[in-house]
Amino acid sequence: MVVIFYLSSAVAVAATILAVTRVGVVHALLYLIASLLAVAILFFTLGAPFAAALEVIIYAGAIMVLFVFVVMMLNLGERALAQEKAWLRPRVWIGPGLLALVLLGESLYVIGQGAHTPYRVAVTGPEAVGATLYGPYALAVELASLVLLAGLVGAFHLGRHALHGGPRDGERPQ
Amino acid sequence: MASVLSEGLAVSALLFAIGLVGLLARRNVIMVLVAIEIMLNAAGLAFIVAGARWGQADGQIMFILILALAAAEVSVGLALVLQMDRRHATLDVDALSDLKG
Amino acid sequence: MRDALVLVPALPLAGFLILFLSMGALKRGAVAWIGVGSVGLALVAAVVAATGFWRHGAAPYTQTLYTWLSVAAFVPRVRFYLDGLSLVAMGVVTGVGFLIHLYSAEFMIDDEGYSRFFAYMNLFVAAMLILVLADNLLLLLLGWEGVGLASYLLIGFWYGESLNGLAARKAFIMTRLGDVAFVIGLLVLFNRLGTLNIQDLVRNAQAVWVPGSFWPTLAGALLLGGALGKSAQLPLQTWLPDAMAGPTPVSALIHAATMVTAGVYLVARLHGLYALAPAIERLIAVIGAVTLLLSAFAALVQSDIKRVLAYSTMSQIGYMFLANGVGAWSAAIFHFMIHAFFKALLFLAAGAVIQALHDEHDIGRMGGLRRQMPFTFWSFLIGGAALSAFPFITAGFYSKDLILWDAFASPLGGPAFWAAGLLGAFLTGLYTFRLIIRVFLGPAKSKIGRRPGWLMAVPIGVLALLSVVGGLLNIPSLFGGGAQFTHFLAQVLPAQALRPGVRAIEPDLETAAIGASLGGIFLAFLLFLHAPQWVEKVKSTVAGAALARWWGAGWGFDRLYEGVVARAYAGWARANRDDFVDAGVDGVVEGNRLLHQLLRWTQTGHVRWYAMAIALGAMGWFWLAVLS
Repeated sequence: MVVIFYLSSAVAVAATILAVTRVGVVHALLYLIASLLAVAILFFTLGAPFAAALEVIIYAGAIMVLFVFVVMMLNLGERALAQEKAWLRPRVWIGPGLLALVLLGESLYVIGQGAHTPYRVAVTGPEAVGATLYGPYALAVELASLVLLAGLVGAFHLGRHALHGGPRDGERPQ
Repeated sequence: MASVLSEGLAVSALLFAIGLVGLLARRNVIMVLVAIEIMLNAAGLAFIVAGARWGQADGQIMFILILALAAAEVSVGLALVLQMDRRHATLDVDALSDLKG
Repeated sequence: MRDALVLVPALPLAGFLILFLSMGALKRGAVAWIGVGSVGLALVAAVVAATGFWRHGAAPYTQTLYTWLSVAAFVPRVRFYLDGLSLVAMGVVTGVGFLIHLYSAEFMIDDEGYSRFFAYMNLFVAAMLILVLADNLLLLLLGWEGVGLASYLLIGFWYGESLNGLAARKAFIMTRLGDVAFVIGLLVLFNRLGTLNIQDLVRNAQAVWVPGSFWPTLAGALLLGGALGKSAQLPLQTWLPDAMAGPTPVSALIHAATMVTAGVYLVARLHGLYALAPAIERLIAVIGAVTLLLSAFAALVQSDIKRVLAYSTMSQIGYMFLANGVGAWSAAIFHFMIHAFFKALLFLAAGAVIQALHDEHDIGRMGGLRRQMPFTFWSFLIGGAALSAFPFITAGFYSKDLILWDAFASPLGGPAFWAAGLLGAFLTGLYTFRLIIRVFLGPAKSKIGRRPGWLMAVPIGVLALLSVVGGLLNIPSLFGGGAQFTHFLAQVLPAQALRPGVRAIEPDLETAAIGASLGGIFLAFLLFLHAPQWVEKVKSTVAGAALARWWGAGWGFDRLYEGVVARAYAGWARANRDDFVDAGVDGVVEGNRLLHQLLRWTQTGHVRWYAMAIALGAMGWFWLAVLS
C-alpha cells in the first residue's frame, strides 16, 4: 500500500505539472484527469473509498466533461494554439514559480514541524460518511444545495446565447 | 498501513503550489479554471489526509463539500467563459481589465 | 369682567388671521371692517377689563390661558398680567392703535396691499399687546419678536422699491443685535434665578442678589441691549430714521407711539431688577441724555418731514430712558403715554400733509399750508406744542417737566442730567417750530390735492384733544394738581425719594424749563420766519455747511458703522470667501486623494494580478503566524 501511495503521488504530481504546462487545452485537461485519478487512488490508500469514488465519478467524470464540452463549443483552432504558445514563454514561469516555491517551502516546513506518531489507517466507509453527513452536517448539506442551486441558475442565465446580443451572436434573441 | 500523514500533506502542498503557478502564469481563462480545480483538489486531499489521521468521516465530508463548491464554481465559470468568448472574442483574462482603477 | 383681558390680544390676532388667510380675496370695505373693527373691539375689551380691574381695587390680576411648556422647573405659561403699568400700556396700544387703524382705513384706501396692510397692522397690535401683558419674559419675548416682525414687514410694505426693503432689513438686523443680548439676558436670569415669571423673578433677584453685584449688572446690561435696539437708542439707533420708509400710519403706530417705546416699558417693568444694578441705571440715564441731545441736533437740519419726526421720537425716547435711568419710572411711563398721543398726532397730520402734496416729503417744497389745510395745521400745531412742552396748556409740558424735575431731584440724577434735558427741551422747541414754520407758514409753494376726510380727521382730532387734556391726569402739586397718574402707578412703580433740599428750588427749575421751551420756540420764529437770512449765512460758511451735513446724516453713525463694522465684516467675509476654515477639511480630502492616487496602481483590473496579491498576502500571513 505504501508503495502504491508513493507511486500514485508521483503520478499525481507529474500529471499535474504537465496539466499546467501544456499548450493545448485538451491536452491539459487529459493530464488533469490523470492527476485526478491518481489522487483518487491516494484517497483509497488513505482509507477513504467513498471519496475516491466521488473523485472519479464527479471530478474526473462530470466536471471534466463540462470542461471538454466547453472547449468543444469554443472550437479553438490553430490560431488559439499559436497565441497560447506566444503567451507561454519561459520567463512567465519565473515569478509565479518563485512565489509558489516560497509558499511550498513554508507549507512543508510547517508540515515537518508536526508530531509523527505512527497510526494505522482505518477505512472509513460510505456508511459512516453518510451517517455523519446527514447527521451533524445536515445544515452544511442544505447550504451546499443552495450553492449548487445558485450555480445552476447562474450557469443557465449566463450560458444563454444572447445575454444582450453579443457581437458574435448571430442568432435571434430568445 | 503505516503513517503517511506528512507525506500526504506534502503531496497536497505540492499540488497546491503547482496549481498556484498555473493560476498565476497562464493567461488562457480555461487554464485558469483548470488551475483553480487543481488547487481545490489539493485542498480536498489535505482534508482526506487529516480525516484519515483521526479515523473520522469529517475529512471526507469536507471533501464532498469542496466537490459541491467546485461543481458550482465550474458551471458558473464556464458559462462566463462562453460569454467572454462571445462578447470579447478572446480567452485572455488580461484583456478584461475594465475595472482598472 | 377682568376675563375680557384675553380678548384684548386675541381679537387683533383673529383679525390678522382672517386677513392673512383670505389673501386679499376680501373687498376693501370688509377688510376695513375687520382690520379696524378687531382693534376697536380690542379697545372695548380693554376698557371692560380695565373697569373690572378698578372694581377689584386695582389689584394685580393674572389670567392663565394654558401651560406653554413644562420642562422640569421651566414651566412658562401663556398668562397675562394686568397691573397699573400694563394697563396704561394696553390702553395706549389699543386706544392709539384703534385711532391709527381708523385713519389708515382712509389713508391707505388707494393702496393695492390694503388687505395685507391691515393684516400686518393687526399682527403688530396683537404682538404688542402680548408684549405688554405678558406675565413672563418668554411670552414677552414672543411679543417682542412679533412686533419686530411686524415692523419689518411694514417698513418694507412697499417692497417694489428696493430702498424700502433695505430699510426694513436694516431695522430688523439692528434690532436683532439688541435682541441677541436680550435672549442671553433671559438665559442668565433663568440660570441664576430659576424662573422667567417677571414678578417671581424680581422678587427672587431682590432676595438673592446684593445691589451692585455682578449678576444683576450683567443681566441688566444684556436686557438693556434689547431695549436699546427696540427703542432706537444709542448705539443701535440708526435704523429708526430709515424706518420712515413705511407708510405714515405705520410710522405713527409702530415707530413713534408704541413699539419703539417697548424698551422703556421693559426697563420700567423690570425696575426691581435694575434697582439692583445702579451702574446700569446710570448707563441708561447717560444713554438717554446723550441720545436725546444728539437726535435733537440731528432733527434740526433734516429736510424730510418724517425724518424730523423720527429724530424727535428718538429724542423723546431718550427722555424716557433718562427718566428710567434716574429711577423716575412713572415719569417715563407718563411721558410714554403722552408722547404716544402727540407723536401719533404729528405723524397722522404729517401723513395728511404728505398725501395732500402728492407724496411730497421735502419740507423745503412745502409752505403756506395754514390757509389751505387749517384743520391739519391746528392739529399739527397742538401736537408740535405738546412736543415742545408748551407751558401749561399742553400735556407734553407736564410729562417732560416731570422728567426734568426728576432728573434733577432724584438721588440718581443730578444737575448734568437736568441740564442735558433742558438743552434738549430748548432744541425740541427749535426744531419743532422750524418744521411748523416751514410747512405751514410762509408763502404757499404748491397746490394741494386731497384733504383728509372724516375718517382721517376724527383720529387727528381725538389725538389733538388727548395731547391737551392728557396733562390733566398728572398735574404736579406745584401747580395745584394731584399728580393722580403718579399715584396710580405708585403701586407698581414706587416713587423715588428726593434729594434733600431740592423742593426749595422747584419753582426755579420749573421757570427754567418753561424758559427753555419758550426760548426754543421764540428762536425758531426768529430764525426761520423773520430772519431766515441768518440761517442761510451760517449755512453758507464752510463750518456751518459741514455741521449741517454731519447732523443731517445723524452724526454720521451710519458711516461709522459702515466703516468700522460692516466693512470689517465684509473684509473678513472676503478673506474667508474661500473658506480657510474649510482648509482643514479640504486637507483631509486632499490627503485621501493622494493616498488614492498612490494605491490606484494596485487596481490593474487583471484577475491574475489580484490572485498574486492574494498569494503574497497568504505568504505574509504564513510568515507571521507560523514562522515567527
